[in-house]
Amino acid sequence: MESLYAITTGVLSACGFYLILRGRTFPVVMGLTLLSYAVNLFLFSMGGLTTHGATIIDGKTSYADPLPQALVLTAIVIGFAMTAFAVILAMRARGDMGNDHVDGGRNREDREETRR
Amino acid sequence: MSPHLIVLPIVLPLIAGVLLLRTRQGNPRIKRWLGVGATLALVVISALLVERASSGEIAYYALGDWQPPFGIVLVLDRLSALMVLLTSVLALGCVIFACGGDDEQGSNFHGLFQLQLMGINGAFLTGDLFNLFVFFEVLLLASYALLLHGGGKSRTQAAVHYVVLNLAGSSLFLIAVGTLYGATGTLNMADMAARIAELPDDRTGLVTAGALLLLVVFGLKAAILPLYFWLPRAYAAAPAPVAALFAIMTKVGIYAILRVFSLIFGEQAGGLAALQQPWVWWLALATLAVATLGVMAARDLRLLVAYLVLVSVGTLLAGIGMGTTEATASLLYYLIHSTLVTGGLFLLAEMIGLQRGKAGTRIVRGRPLTQGGALAMLFLAGAVAVAGLPPLSGAIGKALLLDAATPEQQPWLWPLLLISGLAAIIALSRAGSTLFWRSQKGERDGEPLPRQHWVGATLLLATSPLLVALAGPVSDYTQAAAEQLANPDAMVRTLLSDAGDAS
Repeated sequence: MESLYAITTGVLSACGFYLILRGRTFPVVMGLTLLSYAVNLFLFSMGGLTTHGATIIDGKTSYADPLPQALVLTAIVIGFAMTAFAVILAMRARGDMGNDHVDGGRNREDREETRR
Repeated sequence: MSPHLIVLPIVLPLIAGVLLLRTRQGNPRIKRWLGVGATLALVVISALLVERASSGEIAYYALGDWQPPFGIVLVLDRLSALMVLLTSVLALGCVIFACGGDDEQGSNFHGLFQLQLMGINGAFLTGDLFNLFVFFEVLLLASYALLLHGGGKSRTQAAVHYVVLNLAGSSLFLIAVGTLYGATGTLNMADMAARIAELPDDRTGLVTAGALLLLVVFGLKAAILPLYFWLPRAYAAAPAPVAALFAIMTKVGIYAILRVFSLIFGEQAGGLAALQQPWVWWLALATLAVATLGVMAARDLRLLVAYLVLVSVGTLLAGIGMGTTEATASLLYYLIHSTLVTGGLFLLAEMIGLQRGKAGTRIVRGRPLTQGGALAMLFLAGAVAVAGLPPLSGAIGKALLLDAATPEQQPWLWPLLLISGLAAIIALSRAGSTLFWRSQKGERDGEPLPRQHWVGATLLLATSPLLVALAGPVSDYTQAAAEQLANPDAMVRTLLSDAGDAS
């Protein structure tokens, strides 16, 4: 369980970082989304993974740490708002700059595209 | 004094921001009065907080009366009170300046401005690591929108980089907080400090990783060397009052480094104590060197001021890297000075640009300025202050820092800091003589500047002579703040004593 969870988080964040480093805004937004998923999973597990535990404390049985659950909710809400903003910003950058490069697109390939 | 005073710097901008967003289509006059009034009230409140904190008392405010370490707390000590006061004074200058017409170039300026203030004040006051993240997000979200205020190609482009970089930074922040929570089992900073003292050996590596990740995140906010490339462009593209307010944003990162690493990784942390020191020291010196080159190379007045912000970041981080109480005290003095003066210079650059028509703030020959004399005098005052020449406050701040360096640190710090001062003098005098003297023949047909612009910029630049006049009391206060910071036990005891009784 733990290793599967760790591998999932790792693969998600690796894909996220790879996509963030791409040159166009859409993959970058996708990368940010994947990264925030990875972070949410990571946060969820930070109190240690508890399987078959109760969600509330009765003092005797093993229970899941409730704090990471509260934190991950906060992180999801903030991450969602940020993603929405990043999408709008990417669209606006596309409109203002005339292309979807994160640098505003000054390479040759791009200029040829616009000439055609 | 009311115990609720501590929470007011967060609640007041929140209420003002909500009211302002509600009246977004309303009369600009009402919005301006509301914005300036709320900021003015914030100055009064934060002055009261500083007065309260100056006695050396560490006060905390438990939200919802949940006692620490279980609830979320706001902590008021000398350092946080000082930072809140600094923010509100800077914001007052910016908001008055914005009333000169910049606020009507887009929608919702005043509302977003107040929300940004809420985020900054919250980041300074919070005593909880996760809450620090939340307030960072609040101030970042407001800053994204403010950076785009007024629109335009260069702003959109700068904003894309700024937003993506900070979103990635936020993810790292969460990972770091998660790691530290996993290793210590708490998010309250004072509680974490107490628990790190008795950390089992097998978790040392985990905590080190979390702490250094936090340093990366704060370094991104503070714009330390490998992570500063977003800053010059974003600051040069932002509208003037926003750029001036951003002068405090890098200081939020510096404050967070100071707070987290002096409290959690203070002396009680044993082997983990001061683990950021070597990183911060060398990277700060490198930042200083690169920023000096940037100052010399800048061909636009706003870009020049942005690199001057970077110089101040390098200087302040070097102060943290020195790691002594004297260094912290002098860096706090320099922090007050550099924030207000660079903020004032951003406003001044905009005023100069407005009068030069098409040439704008680019350092090239342009048409003569209508109010050149008065602008040149303000520019001279700002340049003298920021370059660190006597008789203004920069000289005192730099002298204090140079004096605080130990003999091993002097050979590194002295030449770099003094050369950066020299570079600032060269670049600023070159810019000033081009802007004010080498103008083309032509009509002085620029519009006179609105009164609010003069008041805003003068207010911020006038703090420099004020800081000289009050250098004694201010440096006494920063010395006391540094001593309080170097003694995290007092805070841990204040915050955790009640919880000890309850259990």
